[in-house]
Amino acid sequence: MSRPRPALVFGVLAALAAALVVASLLVGPARLPPGESLAALLGGAPPAEALIMRELRLPRAALGLLIGAGLGLSGAALQGYLRNPLAEPGLVGVSGSAALGAVIALYSGLSAAFPLALPLMALGFGLGAALLVQGLAGAGSSSITLILAGLAVSSLASALTALALNLAPNPFAASEIVHWLLGSLVDRSLPQLWLAGPFLVAGMALLLTLGRSLDALTLGEDAAASLGVSLPGARIRVVLGVALATGAGVAVAGAIGFVGLVAPHLLRPLVGGRPSALLPASALGGAILLLAADVAVRLIAPERDLKLGVVTALVGAPLFLHLVWRSRRTLT
Amino acid sequence: MRGRLVLAFALGLAAAPVAAAPARVASTNLCTDQLAMLMAAPGQLVSVSAVARDPVASAMAAEAARYPVNHGSAEELFLLAPDLVLAGASGPPATLDMLRRLGIPVETFPIETDLDDVRASFRRMGAALGREARAEALVAELDAALAAPPPPPPGQRPRAAILYANSWTSGAGTLADAILSAAGFDNVAAGMGIVGMGRLPLETLAEEAPDFLVLGQDYGSPALAQETLAHPIVAALGAERAAVADNLWVCGTPRLARAVAALRAARTEP
Amino acid sequence: MSLLALEGVTASRGRRPVLAGVDLAVAPGEVVALLGANGAGKSTLLRAAAGIAPASGVIRLGGAALGALDARARALRVAYLPQEREIAWALDVAALVGLGRLPHRATPEADRAAVAEAIAAMDLAGFEARPATELSGGERARALIARALAQEAPLLLADEPAAGLDPAHQIALMARLRLLARTGRGVLVALHDLSLAARWCDRAALLHGGRIVADGPPEAVLTAARLAEVYGIVAHLDRDADGPILVPVGPAPSRPERG
Repeated sequence: MSRPRPALVFGVLAALAAALVVASLLVGPARLPPGESLAALLGGAPPAEALIMRELRLPRAALGLLIGAGLGLSGAALQGYLRNPLAEPGLVGVSGSAALGAVIALYSGLSAAFPLALPLMALGFGLGAALLVQGLAGAGSSSITLILAGLAVSSLASALTALALNLAPNPFAASEIVHWLLGSLVDRSLPQLWLAGPFLVAGMALLLTLGRSLDALTLGEDAAASLGVSLPGARIRVVLGVALATGAGVAVAGAIGFVGLVAPHLLRPLVGGRPSALLPASALGGAILLLAADVAVRLIAPERDLKLGVVTALVGAPLFLHLVWRSRRTLT
Repeated sequence: MRGRLVLAFALGLAAAPVAAAPARVASTNLCTDQLAMLMAAPGQLVSVSAVARDPVASAMAAEAARYPVNHGSAEELFLLAPDLVLAGASGPPATLDMLRRLGIPVETFPIETDLDDVRASFRRMGAALGREARAEALVAELDAALAAPPPPPPGQRPRAAILYANSWTSGAGTLADAILSAAGFDNVAAGMGIVGMGRLPLETLAEEAPDFLVLGQDYGSPALAQETLAHPIVAALGAERAAVADNLWVCGTPRLARAVAALRAARTEP
Repeated sequence: MSLLALEGVTASRGRRPVLAGVDLAVAPGEVVALLGANGAGKSTLLRAAAGIAPASGVIRLGGAALGALDARARALRVAYLPQEREIAWALDVAALVGLGRLPHRATPEADRAAVAEAIAAMDLAGFEARPATELSGGERARALIARALAQEAPLLLADEPAAGLDPAHQIALMARLRLLARTGRGVLVALHDLSLAARWCDRAALLHGGRIVADGPPEAVLTAARLAEVYGIVAHLDRDADGPILVPVGPAPSRPERG
């Protein structure tokens, strides 16, 4: 096996992410010439073109980048902390619970009166789910415990989300269940970027400080503690960071599954398995996956409002099955 | 409640076979509800759909409050013992088939796509209820309301785009398109080749840069669907707004004249 | 000055008291075997000494009170090798051993040198690029010991490092620990294998009933009476030119079987 070359890996990932941001800016129902439309971002374009670029495509691309990075990073952090390759914000119920919080904030009218309620409720509920799953299946527990605990929490959250939407007074609410369960970036706006962005960035900054702790945890909790890692400190940073980096994204784009599972899994061999290197790599990988999915839904069925979760699950679910298959002997 | 249903059932059985005009009519569709309320003889209409009481969707919510409501299920309709059920053409086929099998006549009304369809619907409802004279009077009322000032010739008409929640719009061959046209506007969606209901993405809307925007109604309670209407780019387009209550042009009733009037007023205001 | 000094240390696991006043010291240059039956509290004692399990009493690392050291200072004074040989991810051997460098804020060159030295000491040269999860049991145990060596702490606490190794690897492991002690470090190693303890350790400390009931040269500690008392066994005791030989041969006649 050839030794991993992190510099090359990060270079390629960053270039891919940058290329997909540009692609995301160039794809849309309005067929704008590529050169002109990118110039329109900076100004000096016909008003319609400038509006489309700045008010629609820029927030969509930026949110795709940040939300994807948040999901990838959350997945890598959860996997590193729980030492379990099946951990992921969606599968452990954080995304679904954050969606429930966002649904309550939005459809009750709370977020109309107080816009910050939307991300705050989402990350509050995400935090609750993270603590609950952590309590039910702590670090080092078996895969089956983790998956069952996550299944219980996410099933409950999606049932309550559907219930809340069915009871919401607005006639459109019931049909929006699919948005919250599968996620979409259609028609996101700059105010939504400003609303979610700071939380996403704060969560990612917190998770990126975990490198040394997660490296040490490769050897188990006792060895990590003996290497000077504060386990309670690491736990707080993981739970809070995942709630921020996942919850804020769910608040504006719904629960997008499998990104946090796929990105770390694909990239782990390329960074030699080191959790500290996997964190930034998975952030880039998550951004790449989500941006690619968001470009794909615009190319495959532009008029049908295809949800992002459909595309990510088409890629992620088979991989999940493969992981379960491979670890079936240890699933006890 | 149960006693009343039993009584209604008994009365219905007694009344049904006697008259040529139906004596117990139940309506299951927002649009047939309104036409029936406008035309039915006193006591002839025994139930309207629950939606008819929703002031956002229904232009006749107050009137609907005087009628018992149904939710369109075969069971509750059967218990009403009607001798005619009014339904939309897209009514649930299983329910309508069940009613027909139970021997209850069902009259379905197609969705109107232009003003001639609306006139035809009036007359069809008049015939179904045995109230032909009332139907002709409503047609005359509608024509009088629409006749008023002549619309500007093509080329001088402002371009208007309709944007409902979730980026839906009405293209060619819709009642809303006919109403826009009668009010002297060109429908942007129809010009783009959209036929029937279709999607008008915000990007395309910005590209088309319409003179007027007719936004779907806010339902007074939040939903993602309505965030499209509140997106900053909608305000940034700088198009003039024309407000029309959704309930005025959802159905082909005489009330659509009010939508035409509101749109004409918006066009001619300085 | 001793590298580790325990005085009157008590600790419990859940509500069950495990250590009830333990006194023990480890000096530079010696390999001390920590002996005792299953459940005697050997692991609890090692974890308490490493500062990762709660305990009361006096615990000093190189003269400093354990409680006064922050986590990093502690990690620079004591390396701890848990019994579970967990390696969660497929790190290569060099990266795995390099985890021992986490408490150090050293230059990459110093880190590389320490890792290379630890890899050489555990006879793992040539394995640097191999994924640690694909090693055999013996190689894996050695890689994890190398990780603890790379920490370059003066004291090594090892919990059952010989468990699951074949005799050749067990002997190699004990020889390495002894070699390590000769460079001035101290080693406290929990062992079940009394033969290894008798032959390779400078001292043996026998944990029984929550206390150290005997502490001294293995031959003086592992008497027939104590083996019967603590383990409930009879052993054949002998010695050759290189040291003592202890072979457990059967249950002690006068005692019922231990549960």
